[in-house]
Amino acid sequence: MFKPINLPAAEQRKTVLIRVEDREVHVSEGQTLAMALLGAGVVPFRRTAVSGAPRTPLCLMGVCFDCLVEVDGSQNVQSCLVEVREGMQVRLPSGARRAGDSA
Amino acid sequence: MTDHPHIDTLVVGGGVVGMSIAYGLARSGDVVCVLDGSDDAFRASRGNFGLIWVQNKGLGRPAYARWTMQAARTWQSLATELQELTGVDVELRQPGGLSMSFDEKVLAASSEKLNALGKELGIVYPYERLDADGLRKLTPDIGPDVVGAIYCPLDGHVSPLRTLRALVHGFRARGGQLVSGVNVDRVERRGGEFHVHAGNKVYTAGRVVLAAGLANRELAPQVGLKAPIRPVRGQLLVSERVQPFLHYPCHYVRQTGEGVVQIGDSKEEVGMDDSTTLGELARIAARATRTFPMLANVNIVRTWGALRVMSPDGYPIYQASTECPGAFVVTCHSGITLAPAHAGPLVDWMRTGTEPAEIRGFKAERFDVQTN
Repeated sequence: MFKPINLPAAEQRKTVLIRVEDREVHVSEGQTLAMALLGAGVVPFRRTAVSGAPRTPLCLMGVCFDCLVEVDGSQNVQSCLVEVREGMQVRLPSGARRAGDSA
Repeated sequence: MTDHPHIDTLVVGGGVVGMSIAYGLARSGDVVCVLDGSDDAFRASRGNFGLIWVQNKGLGRPAYARWTMQAARTWQSLATELQELTGVDVELRQPGGLSMSFDEKVLAASSEKLNALGKELGIVYPYERLDADGLRKLTPDIGPDVVGAIYCPLDGHVSPLRTLRALVHGFRARGGQLVSGVNVDRVERRGGEFHVHAGNKVYTAGRVVLAAGLANRELAPQVGLKAPIRPVRGQLLVSERVQPFLHYPCHYVRQTGEGVVQIGDSKEEVGMDDSTTLGELARIAARATRTFPMLANVNIVRTWGALRVMSPDGYPIYQASTECPGAFVVTCHSGITLAPAHAGPLVDWMRTGTEPAEIRGFKAERFDVQTN
């Protein structure tokens, strides 16, 4: 649905390498994790804990809580509110979150 | 007002206390109308914690302990009845409750208090004092600072919002009428009937029950009653939903049927102010994470403050007016725990005049100042 604009080389941003589940993905720095995952074709981000309904970001501004993923061991992080970082480890949630840290 | 349908009882206040009474009255065959306030009112029933709590209640007041125990023992039957009638599951769980302690001396003192209460009641008080190892068998996730807990098998919890919803639906199913957004200005007794003035409307009935929370202060004197109550603020936090880990309600942490962790509370004398403060919320959160360290990284999704309806000694006021027969005042801060007692024995008293022995001591005169 979304495509990045073809910018002149001088205006292109550097990329950082993140890991989504077991896949390595190069994404432009400076963007939110939610946009980076959408750009990388990660659909859905998660399934709801009770009914298993698929979820992808809706609002992209911190309100809908549909873009939750696990970032570097922290569960239920709103991916639209964090910026991608080199080496970021992303996991796509399945089931209800646990209290306490990731195993 | 002859063009209005006949009403036996007007209940002023549509919170859990008012709705429990209204539900019980309608169940007994009364034609009941509830006048409920608007959303800008201080609505304790929208902000409470949801415990059905028995342990430690009524020391020096065994009648209150009996009243509370009787209510807790009949909660299941009320919950079942409401579910059958309305389809609303109030998420009642009564596996027993835990009062965690960080201090052996405090734990020992609690234990002594319950022994003393048992003596007053002439029973072996139903509780167990658990050390940390015993407690870990019930709740493996306690932190190293927790030295033990008091476990009382009568305690439980319920969703307070679902309870209110079930009472409202049940009340309507039994023919009751609930009018919302009504601010009662004045209650007067004239011609053997009560006339309740609200805005440009007047509601008339032979009996009136004041269950308006903090507003009872102003309403009760209009029918020869007193309600010397004050607000005591409590602040609460709720988390996102997490996998079930806590199967017993604790005094200040419980996990709801949906997986939300609800965390309380504070007791603040700040008047009619139900706002939240960062300092109190931080203190509340710190105690909860000291009890359950795994909560430290769970996201909090909402916080709020609510005002308890507190009498000078903390116990309820149940009183029938002698000056205006047919008028009653009911006020308490344990509306959830006592809901089955309010829907049952309290309503029987209002309808038949037979006062349950347990509530005879809860008249407002006990607060009168001795002037000599």
